[in-house]
Amino acid sequence: MNILIVGCGKAGTILAETLCKEGHDITVMDTNADVVRSLVDNNDVQGVVGNALIIRDLQEAGVDQANILIAMTDSDETNILCCLMARKNKAKHSIARVRNPQYSEQMVFMREELGISMMINPEFQTANDIARMLRYPNAIHVETFAKGRMDLAEMKVTAGGVLDGLALSSLSTRLKLHLLVCAVKRGQDITIPDGSFVLQDGDNIYITAAHGDLSRFYKAVGDHKARVRSCIIVGGGKIGYYLVRQLLELGFQVKIIEQDLARCEQLSEWFPKATVIHDDGTDQNVLEEEGLAKADACIMLTGIDEENIILSLYAKTIGVEKIVTKINRTSLLSISDSVGLENIVSPKKTTAELILQYVRAKQNSVNSNIITLYRLVEDKLEAIEFIVRGDAKFVGKPLKELHVNSGFLIAGIIRGNKRIIPSGEDVLKVNDSVVVVTTNRKITSLDEMFAQ
Amino acid sequence: MNYRMIVYLTAQIIRAVGWLLLVPLIVAAVFAERASFFAFLATAVGMILLGTLFTLKKPANKAVYTREGMAVVACAWIAVSVLGALPYVFSGDIPSLADAIFETASGLTTTGSTILNDIEGMSKACLFWRAFTHFIGGMGVLIFMLAILPQADTRTMHLVRAESAGPTAGKLVAKMSISVRILYGIYITLTMAEMLFLLFGGMPFFDAITTAFATAGTGGFSVKAGSIADYNSAYVDFIVTLFMGLFSVNFTLYYLLLSKKFMQVFKNEELRTFLGICAVSILLITGNIVPIYGSILKALRYAGFQVLTIISTAGFGTADYTEWPAFSQMILLSLMFVGGCAGSTGGGLKVMRIIVLFKSAVREVKRTLCPRAVVTVKCDGRALDKEMVRGVCNYFVVFMLLLAGSALLLSLDGHDVPTTVSAVITCMNNVGPGLNEVGPSGNFAGFSAWAKLLLSVDMLLGRLEIYPLLVLFTVRKK
Repeated sequence: MNILIVGCGKAGTILAETLCKEGHDITVMDTNADVVRSLVDNNDVQGVVGNALIIRDLQEAGVDQANILIAMTDSDETNILCCLMARKNKAKHSIARVRNPQYSEQMVFMREELGISMMINPEFQTANDIARMLRYPNAIHVETFAKGRMDLAEMKVTAGGVLDGLALSSLSTRLKLHLLVCAVKRGQDITIPDGSFVLQDGDNIYITAAHGDLSRFYKAVGDHKARVRSCIIVGGGKIGYYLVRQLLELGFQVKIIEQDLARCEQLSEWFPKATVIHDDGTDQNVLEEEGLAKADACIMLTGIDEENIILSLYAKTIGVEKIVTKINRTSLLSISDSVGLENIVSPKKTTAELILQYVRAKQNSVNSNIITLYRLVEDKLEAIEFIVRGDAKFVGKPLKELHVNSGFLIAGIIRGNKRIIPSGEDVLKVNDSVVVVTTNRKITSLDEMFAQ
Repeated sequence: MNYRMIVYLTAQIIRAVGWLLLVPLIVAAVFAERASFFAFLATAVGMILLGTLFTLKKPANKAVYTREGMAVVACAWIAVSVLGALPYVFSGDIPSLADAIFETASGLTTTGSTILNDIEGMSKACLFWRAFTHFIGGMGVLIFMLAILPQADTRTMHLVRAESAGPTAGKLVAKMSISVRILYGIYITLTMAEMLFLLFGGMPFFDAITTAFATAGTGGFSVKAGSIADYNSAYVDFIVTLFMGLFSVNFTLYYLLLSKKFMQVFKNEELRTFLGICAVSILLITGNIVPIYGSILKALRYAGFQVLTIISTAGFGTADYTEWPAFSQMILLSLMFVGGCAGSTGGGLKVMRIIVLFKSAVREVKRTLCPRAVVTVKCDGRALDKEMVRGVCNYFVVFMLLLAGSALLLSLDGHDVPTTVSAVITCMNNVGPGLNEVGPSGNFAGFSAWAKLLLSVDMLLGRLEIYPLLVLFTVRKK
């Protein structure tokens, strides 16, 4: 696809590099000639030095040929305006990075009336990531797809645990829970399991379930990390703001340490339920006094990557169970891995990943009735979203009566705003969104997964 | 520097040129020329084997940066100039190795200076190879390789920048491999068009294809002793003049035409300047030489051809301009420095650089008169990048220094001053003919072996725009 990226900061660069490696035709644009040159030198992309709000420059960059325009400059207003100009110049889709929460709340208007396909708020998305990590403390990793309506949690089967040696058909009856094992990774292989599949030590399983069921499942499985109830956040910036809001909604006890008094006052005004501490969060005495050792989780969100790493290491030594570290510089990500920090968030990377997901989905939904397609689990597993059409043969029949080919699994049904984890009794209705998980790359319609 | 990658890429280019040698091999077979057939066969097999030997193992570290890119280009061009000379030696057409290297370098760099006294006595295969080197060298060997090889590395920009002509290098489309394919497509289409037009004018097929190749690369080797004048046809003169002009235009403009962006082409400052320089020179020279030819039309025909052949740096000839008045000769000598547009197959400094040099000179004058004035150098309505302006000025200084140095060295060979100076100017600008002994009716055979090698280096300096060759002499750093 033809993709035009405006603004070559850190996130823009990551995006250009990744999209270029996936074989797209990339044009990058920035007002700074040096960054454009270095990008063009190191990647097979085309560079244009210019201002994206000047029609002539945009046209020089070939905006009329672009399938997607991605605006990643520092300024929200520039990004939005750039998307509008691109739409008027025949770019098919446009994505804007928009940080101001008041702007992103008008997403529906922006999409319906102004034609902006997607707005990304890196801080908000990062806060989402962190909230998910805290909600499922046992999961190694949680992936979200289908526009955030489905979660796929990964966990490991340990020897001697409840799951070891268990056939999947007896899973629900044994645990009295409603959940679905979508995929199993054994060694390097990914399988879509059926009921007779027996789990064994070392398997990584990918589960979808209703929120409550998932935590109950962790409890039942045994090696349960206590649910996170209290957490300490160091740094009350934008991510902090979004995170506190989400965590309070989930009923967490939140303590937030922030250095700037004015910001503290603002935070306490917005979030009366949270405890706002005005002090230096990088001071160990302060952390000790505020009870870091007793907290279930701590989240390091200061503006300095190094501080965040050091604080996380300190938290680790005093035994905090769940530690989340924000790291901005990509070069530091590999270091953090080697010092044993597991939960890393990076706003730039999150942004790039979300856009990547969008681009892939767009690319795959051309000329087929696939709505969106997601690559999960190191690209080995695909989750494809279909809409059920009126003339389909399988409409209205309970799933247990339909014979589903092996290698396919219905992971979820989305009916309006309701999310259904399907069991044998459920039926497909017209206009449902059906999420199918598969390792088969060639499926193009829902009919193909049912045996004739 | 990543030496292994330099060797690897150079070997790949040698192998690619080895395969290209099969084209003159076919010509030799068609004309049943035994000696040249075996000469080309031996060289082709040798180059393919050599290339394959060094490309067997792909280096683990594939990083290519500016310095590596330049080194690859320099090594490849030197290697191909030397290896490509072997068929001439083996076939006995040009027995001396120094002569053969000069001829090949002159071909590849699209200079078109020759050391041959008896052109028509050469074997057809060798004549074809001379023209074909123009065609290969015009667009560049490395760019050719990028066009045919599947894309492996993302840092090909460094290679392209080192080989392409002009102060800046850009891409037509996002993917480098597609970009170079489009360029080659335009190049081949124009060449074919010229060949058809020449055939239509009654030129023999062999002559038409070699002349088209020589025009495409703006080289100037002809298969006739008297160059284009031998065909004695106003039509042929006109076609060659036209296509020399077409090949001196930035190829990006053709792509813009294809994508229907006519205004951008029309408003292109470099193109306008190029056309302006041509028009003014033709008018001045026509006026100057009317007394010699007696008729304005005839004067226009010869003036037009000579101006285009010099400014495009092709170097064909239809008239011996050394017999023209000094004013016309001076204009032509100055045009040698101008050359074609950036991104064309023409040599010389490139019109773009001339524009930048001129405008920055004007700016300096303005600033001397009014020291507080802030003046930007603009082109196509935009302020030019300061780095680019500085680079152009620096390039000009280095170019002139090397030119003066070469002329000084060459003077040791004992020729008169106009011959010596014009030989260096014509070689460094990849034009072809010079003045006096090396004028359109003369050739470079009178120079001694070392002088020919010096001029070969000058030609490579001019074609690769100096820096790649200089990289080879930089101190080895870890």
